Amino acid sequence: MVQLMKRRKSEEAASGSPDAQPVDSRTSLIGAIPIPPGDPLETVLVSSGGPVELKDLELESETLQALRSAGVELIVPLIGQGELIGALYLGSRLSDQPYSTDDRRLLGNLASQVAPAMRVAQLVHEQQVEAKERERIQQELQVAALIQQTLLPKELPAIPGWHVDAFYRPARAVGGDFYDFISLQDGRLGVVIGDVTDKGVPAALVMATCRSMLRAASQRHDSPSAVLADVNEALVPEIPPAMFVTCLYAIIDTEAGEVVFANAGHNLPYLRHDDGVKELRATGMPLGLMPGMSYDEVRYQMSSGEVMVLTSDGITEAHNVEGEMYGFPRLMDRVSRQPSDDYMCTALIDDLESFTGSELEQEDDITLVVVRRISSAQAAASAFEGSSQVLARFAVASEEGNERLAIERVAAVIGDLGLVTSRLERLKTAVGETVMNAIEHGNDNRPELDVDVEVRSTPTSVSVRISDQGGHRFIPEAERPDIEAKLAGEQTPRGWGLFLIEQMVDEVRSDSDGDSHTVELVMNREGDS
Amino acid sequence: MEDGFQATVTRTEAGTVINMTGTVNRSAKEGLESAYEEATGSQGRVLLDFRDVDYINSTGIAVIVGVLAMARAANREVGAFGLTEHYREVFNITRLADFMTIYDDETAAVTAG
Repeated sequence: MVQLMKRRKSEEAASGSPDAQPVDSRTSLIGAIPIPPGDPLETVLVSSGGPVELKDLELESETLQALRSAGVELIVPLIGQGELIGALYLGSRLSDQPYSTDDRRLLGNLASQVAPAMRVAQLVHEQQVEAKERERIQQELQVAALIQQTLLPKELPAIPGWHVDAFYRPARAVGGDFYDFISLQDGRLGVVIGDVTDKGVPAALVMATCRSMLRAASQRHDSPSAVLADVNEALVPEIPPAMFVTCLYAIIDTEAGEVVFANAGHNLPYLRHDDGVKELRATGMPLGLMPGMSYDEVRYQMSSGEVMVLTSDGITEAHNVEGEMYGFPRLMDRVSRQPSDDYMCTALIDDLESFTGSELEQEDDITLVVVRRISSAQAAASAFEGSSQVLARFAVASEEGNERLAIERVAAVIGDLGLVTSRLERLKTAVGETVMNAIEHGNDNRPELDVDVEVRSTPTSVSVRISDQGGHRFIPEAERPDIEAKLAGEQTPRGWGLFLIEQMVDEVRSDSDGDSHTVELVMNREGDS
Repeated sequence: MEDGFQATVTRTEAGTVINMTGTVNRSAKEGLESAYEEATGSQGRVLLDFRDVDYINSTGIAVIVGVLAMARAANREVGAFGLTEHYREVFNITRLADFMTIYDDETAAVTAG
């Protein structure tokens, strides 16, 4: 709201303020006196139809008193669409004469012309404020995503006789899902899956705290229930009000095949065995709610071929366009129908996606951890084949700029593999360009379509597989761009992407199956440049 | 990661420097081209300062090619400094480096003028 007030020059001189220096302009901007919503003065001004003299007013209004004290004699309301959007405050005339009818008409006309412009300016300002707020929220979400992605495991555990797989895909609003693998003494493996209530940066910070506490407690205690009880005690005084963490912690004796776990209010794990699937039931309160909690501890002897599936509620509580929930029964059924192989994770995510369809935005983070005890025959075959290990699987939405999320995630995953910096940078550029192509050309910039990324390593190479939904499209061969023709204006300056991809990595493979198109970038781990 | 792009133009005795900040992708086109036009208000070469650029992709390379095309048409020399080793390699592979002088740093760029 704008309030302008014309003060008498003699008053300015009397005030002795620096503003009272002789100046040509006799108009000065004085401290604003806002008219609060609901003040009776507002009603009078809205219905006045023109300038209002304060001496005519008798109202119970503190604003009116303040205006009188400030020497205001006349208020010219600025009305837009029936609302008071501003007001001009005027003191007495310099001539000490009362405001004439002509003065009032002139001011009324001025107000009627200023008001629409004021309204436009206000709307522009409001839009700018909203845009800034949207930008702030977007930045906050990026920070939250970065915290989560930095703290998630950079590679999957490679344990003889076991196959461990994981899938994590954050929702746009970034929930608080996390999972972790912790190496323990005697070759045992700690497996964590958890979910912090709330979203965004607060959830990401609690997730980071909880993850550290779990890692520390897992080194102090051999018992999962003791670990959860310990973390609960540490978390209660730290966690913000109305937040808590559901968490399941399992310790796997990878030699003997025994799994011991405790559960703090998280989804129960499923165990797929030869005769079907069952829940492994252990109960306990979520972490961070109240002190002094104890947790059930359950032991299970996993046989060869059995698969344990840990999930977050982003899977079971996902909805389809009809509003139906995916739910536990469907999950249980899909787990039971999947053979004991390496593709449980992929099969469950595919089933979830076929249920939800591609029209709806993902509601919550989706996290899946699968642990399979390999049959001795498969273990032998796997040992013979060696080598390729999935380090990470994730997806980015098809929105411009998301190639950088993929670059950061891939870089974090392969950071410890010892690629020399120049080769790492080249792979990052190739990943960025390939994901850009997938977003733009494969998925037509449709945000509801994912670009899937899988990072694998072998003892000699790193490969990044990038898949989009454009399997039916013709992919042109990469040609060396003719820079002379581009500089001469004979060719478009664009067309560098495919060329760069081929130049950056040691090998590029591509494959289409009619639905999806996959490009695999291979970088040898040895090499100086 | 820094999104967005900004370009500011500074005139020096050694030429006009366009300092770029942020991401050089297709969104940088307008900013870089208007900075180039501003830079060509003065005589002499134009130096692209990449020190504060954290990411260049193929669409950004296209934008740089567009500016180089304008410079060639006007017979104006273009130089660059502040590129990381990786982006120097990219500029070599794409042959951008054949059409602009790449300097090791600002001092080398200014001294060469």
